Amino acid sequence: MTASTTAPGAGIAIPAPGRPARPRRKKAHTGHGAWPLLFVGPLAFGIAVFYLWPIVRTAYFSFTEWGVFGGSTWVGLENYQRLLADPELGRAALNTLIYTGVVVLGVPIGLVLAALLNRPGLRGATLYRTLFFLPYVAMPVAVAQVWKIIYNGDYGVLNWALGLIGIEGTYWVSTPGWSLIATAVLGLWLSLGFNIIILSAALRNVPRDLYEAAALDGASPMRQFRSITIPMVGRSVFFLTVVTVIAGLQLFDLLYTLVGTANPVMRDTKSLVYLFWEASFPDNEKGYGAAIAIAILVITACVTAVQFLLQRKWVHDV
Amino acid sequence: MKKHLAVLSAVVAATVALAGCGGGSGGDSAAAQPANPADLKAEISYGVWGENIAGAAQQIVADFNKTYPNVKVNVQVTPYKEYWTKLQTQAGSKTTPDVFWMNGPNFQLYAANKKLAPITGLVDGKKIDPANYPKALDTLYTYEGVRYGVPKDYDTIAVFYNKKLFAEAGVAEPKSDWTVEQFVQAAKDIRAKLKAKDVFGVTAALVDGGQQTYYDTIAAAGGEVISADGKKSGFDTPQAVRGLQVWADLIAADAMPSLAQDADTPALSRFTSGRAAMFWTGSWDTKLLAESPIAADVAVAPLPRDKRQATVIHGLANVISADTKNKAASEAFLTYLASQEAAVTLAKLSGVISAYEGTQESFLKVLPGADLKVFLDGAENYAVPYPVSKNSAAWGKFEVDLLPDAFSGAKPVGEVAKAMAEAMNKALEKE
Repeated sequence: MTASTTAPGAGIAIPAPGRPARPRRKKAHTGHGAWPLLFVGPLAFGIAVFYLWPIVRTAYFSFTEWGVFGGSTWVGLENYQRLLADPELGRAALNTLIYTGVVVLGVPIGLVLAALLNRPGLRGATLYRTLFFLPYVAMPVAVAQVWKIIYNGDYGVLNWALGLIGIEGTYWVSTPGWSLIATAVLGLWLSLGFNIIILSAALRNVPRDLYEAAALDGASPMRQFRSITIPMVGRSVFFLTVVTVIAGLQLFDLLYTLVGTANPVMRDTKSLVYLFWEASFPDNEKGYGAAIAIAILVITACVTAVQFLLQRKWVHDV
Repeated sequence: MKKHLAVLSAVVAATVALAGCGGGSGGDSAAAQPANPADLKAEISYGVWGENIAGAAQQIVADFNKTYPNVKVNVQVTPYKEYWTKLQTQAGSKTTPDVFWMNGPNFQLYAANKKLAPITGLVDGKKIDPANYPKALDTLYTYEGVRYGVPKDYDTIAVFYNKKLFAEAGVAEPKSDWTVEQFVQAAKDIRAKLKAKDVFGVTAALVDGGQQTYYDTIAAAGGEVISADGKKSGFDTPQAVRGLQVWADLIAADAMPSLAQDADTPALSRFTSGRAAMFWTGSWDTKLLAESPIAADVAVAPLPRDKRQATVIHGLANVISADTKNKAASEAFLTYLASQEAAVTLAKLSGVISAYEGTQESFLKVLPGADLKVFLDGAENYAVPYPVSKNSAAWGKFEVDLLPDAFSGAKPVGEVAKAMAEAMNKALEKE
């Protein structure tokens, strides 16, 4: 590489001799030619082929009806009309909402735990952090299988433990109502590790002198947490909330493995994505499934957009 | 000279196979086989499900390769839960395995949509003799007069029971001519005696569908799940209600685990951990019971009779894909799968009742101490076919959605049965 200014993209940081710095920098912004495209190309290609094109196809298929073994015919808005009239839709939407609501609690809980883990002088902090992070690296399906045994109504550890303090447990994953809560608690537990890691990193970026100054002014630790910590980690909290809500709206694998398709309570526990899966695969109505998928996409986009609008009100720019 | 002839016939075989592939639908006639099996060179796939099967399938392939050393068979094992979803997708894109397993509820859907190659040619060419298999199964895999599958095994239902628990409860063991009434009474008596030890009278996988439970009691009550021509639901008949009521009553009397308990702890686990005295299930569980800790205490009795004695019979078949690109090799493999030798290997290694007449001997030894002949007698004397129609899955899902309310007592059995029949008839009309 030379210091020549004519080679496109060469030596962005190397000032050309005999030229003033400002115009040079300006040129650097506009004069890369096709190079940036070349670097972005592979990624853009991947996204286009594996994300954008399937979305376009799904949108197209949502206006079609499929034969048992493929082959589709155009049916217009029929799938969407059917979706709006689907007696299972309301229940599935509500279930998804409840699940997401519970799992989002993992963000404040994660913040408290992260703050506790970050207290100076805590012994074995690394050990705790590892323990909290373990669920996140474990396979959700495997974890769900273990929790299924923990939740077992007759022989599960949970009911045994509850029995010790005189509470009679129930069939957590096989009782209508409880099965959704049981799934949500597991989802929350699984997400805690990730939340704690992100929030720990954010907490460590808070300048210590802010706390010292606050302490000098007589602020209690609680007050410091409220007035310094929370505003300073606002962006991380926002990020986690957005990610958690999106993941929550996509609830499927935990339901599928923890509750199971043959479980009679599944009728009352289905999520939106479960409806999509059921339509697309066991019922083999791929057109209808595509319509549900598009509906989920729109709902997720709307919820996320609302979150972005709201963030201006409460997330402080640091 | 002989060698030349072999090469020639191999070429012919390849051409025919190619022609068959171009035709797409496969056609009724068998592909030509080379005179020397070693000249048949191909790579085919064999789609199966289940955990038990991998060893047996590998052994069968190895034996097949003794005659056909140059046909490579790749065994593809898929968990049962995903098998049909996967197969349906594969069939849509013409990429199913060359040879694969088929079951009753799905067979007509695949046959009607021309996804299976008829085996007429192999039967006409005396390669496969349908007389070697139970008539009920041969009929199950015939669609509109055309045969598509070679039965590989079959299963019937019976009651396994735990002798030790019967003795503890002081209840007499089932006799071969017992009635549904006596069965229910025994279940209640055992529960009354052993409730403190958390032992139920009976358990069965009600949440997995009717094959091991209400299909049988409905048949025993003189009813049917679906009419013989597969056009009309039988759920709204008094006989069907009677057959369903048995299970609702057992649960209501606490002689059987509730659906929630059943979903939490599978029936098989409950029985093998000694927490249920009786277990309604199919012959396919025999090997698992033989490997369980209670194996020494397990005996078996035929299903109790009501208006009549009945058990559902079902069996799997090997079929060839209509889209196979190696028809000659696939047919050679299917012919081997249809042989007595393969049937014996299958029975020995996987513990199922093989469908080939006279090879059931090894099944009878799977669980010493239990008179497993009960399953064979059932098949021979009082079996009813597994209820199927052209698109069984379309109404099968209503059983999962609707029937739990009847078993749990949330709604009267009669009301649920009526709703079930209505939903089912609506689905059947669409076929």
